[in-house]
Amino acid sequence: MSVVVSLSSATKRKLRLYIAGETPATFRARVHCRALLDAVPGIDIDEIDVLTEPAFAETAGILATPTLSDDALAPPRRIVGDLGDVDRVLQFLGIERSAS
Amino acid sequence: MTNGNDMANDPALKRVKTGIEAFDELVMGGLPRQRTTVVGGTPGSGKTVFATQFLAHGIMLCDEPGVFVTFEESPEDIQTNMSGFGWDLERWCGEEKLAFVDASPGDREELVIGEFNLSALLARILHAAKAVGAKRVVLDSMAQLFDHFISDPMSLRREIFRIATALKQAGLTVLMTAERNSEYGEITRHRMEEFVADNVVILRNVLEREKRRRTIEVLKMRGGRHVEGEAPFTLVADRGVVAVPLTSLRLEQQSSNTRVTSGNPEIDKMVGGGLFRDSVTLVSGATGTGKTLLVTNFLAGGVAAGEKALLLGYEESRGQLFRNALGWGVDFQKMEDEGRLKVVCLYPEAQGLPDHLLTIRSLVEEFGPDRIAIDSLSALERVAPETGFREFLISLTSFIKKREIAGLCTATSKSLIGGESASEQHISTLTDSIILLRYIQERQTMHRGMMVLKMRGSEHSKEIRRFSIDSSGMHLGDAMGDAPNVFTGAEAEGTL
Repeated sequence: MSVVVSLSSATKRKLRLYIAGETPATFRARVHCRALLDAVPGIDIDEIDVLTEPAFAETAGILATPTLSDDALAPPRRIVGDLGDVDRVLQFLGIERSAS
Repeated sequence: MTNGNDMANDPALKRVKTGIEAFDELVMGGLPRQRTTVVGGTPGSGKTVFATQFLAHGIMLCDEPGVFVTFEESPEDIQTNMSGFGWDLERWCGEEKLAFVDASPGDREELVIGEFNLSALLARILHAAKAVGAKRVVLDSMAQLFDHFISDPMSLRREIFRIATALKQAGLTVLMTAERNSEYGEITRHRMEEFVADNVVILRNVLEREKRRRTIEVLKMRGGRHVEGEAPFTLVADRGVVAVPLTSLRLEQQSSNTRVTSGNPEIDKMVGGGLFRDSVTLVSGATGTGKTLLVTNFLAGGVAAGEKALLLGYEESRGQLFRNALGWGVDFQKMEDEGRLKVVCLYPEAQGLPDHLLTIRSLVEEFGPDRIAIDSLSALERVAPETGFREFLISLTSFIKKREIAGLCTATSKSLIGGESASEQHISTLTDSIILLRYIQERQTMHRGMMVLKMRGSEHSKEIRRFSIDSSGMHLGDAMGDAPNVFTGAEAEGTL
């Protein structure tokens, strides 16, 4: 069931972090995302605040926050809630820890 | 256009009409404004139709735009499914009177771990509400959310409560649909009524004697009165949920003093000059006693006097009815062609009683008769569970009397020579006049006797009159002097 995507140094995989305002949950999510970026240099994470961009949230179909999503995959893959377990997150999104 | 986020509160507008007439009466005018109503039902009970009708009515008749938050079906599917009820959801979206929030599962792979909140959902709903200036919002159906966030139902409940509160504060009247597992078991599958509902409405779809009986019940209405108990309803194409008004009936009928002919001058005399314009007459007799002839005369007499007449036949076919009438010199076909008469024949078993009632109502509204004949109530009674029939009768008689339509209903008595059947007991208390037709044995011959048992509000003949039937119709003879006690239920004596 897992999707393994190989990364080249030229392209960075774009993930999205959906949050709702400046709340403790948002801060936690940001910390977790920083850990992810440290573990896998080949990804970029854009942050979207659903409170300031509800139309975007509607198009993406986001219900809950925080949500980390790879909207580029078909179908999109999302993790909601606690993003603290780096390995689990990476496994679900089908991202390998790069060796470079 | 009002801003959906306005905190403006018009204290005079306490209720929000759903557009389901009889239902709005059950809740004293409509659902309470800016409150959350949970509509619970088993699969197929009509929750989505009810919810959509709530929005549709707001858009079509109350100038109140709405938001449809769908958790289960896609907006496209809902548009398609609801179009059969005459609601053009797609067009309303284009006109910015309706907005969809598509929270359906769609094509996504989502993993939920740990704590979350539904601020995003709330933001989307408020955004949509603001865009169209919504006053009403539907969330259909909550069960889907519980299935998705199954790992943390407590957080989900907290979030749902938070969303409902926020929506209410934004000036919206909220309607959520909830799943039930059984018709008479727990209230809703996820206990929605306990933590978020101000009001609870239950839709049921009960299997009873091989037929489905749909009912709607207002279980609770916080801070407001409501009518208790289940009321029957049905789903009608082009209209949606149509509830049958029952307990909402008040004994408010104006009484008319105008008399109309029964079609037979002798009978008119027996009842003190004719039947009252707004009365319902029961003609009861065993098979073959002449009920159909009486109905035929009633219709013909009305048409001759310039009235429009409607006949609802549940016993015989059109062909039979027309042929019988012709045998007595009455040309139904001619009357129909002239638009004075309408004959509708239906199988009683074809639909449930609430649907029969609605069929009759729409025929009356469409054709506008001055008098109506129903042949026979006994045929309809076969269809119904006991309580259902009495409710049906109350509704029916009330409806035609309010419109000042003279009604004639036939009922078949079970015994040939006399006595009251159970159905007659029901019917007899609800009608204004009763005419009994009975066989009377005299020596070795069966004669026919007729009497007016009651005639509310008028003097009437107390005699039992002999009558005969031939090719030219019904002929009343003299009173039977020593008639045996056929009209009181005892066995005929047979001697004179």
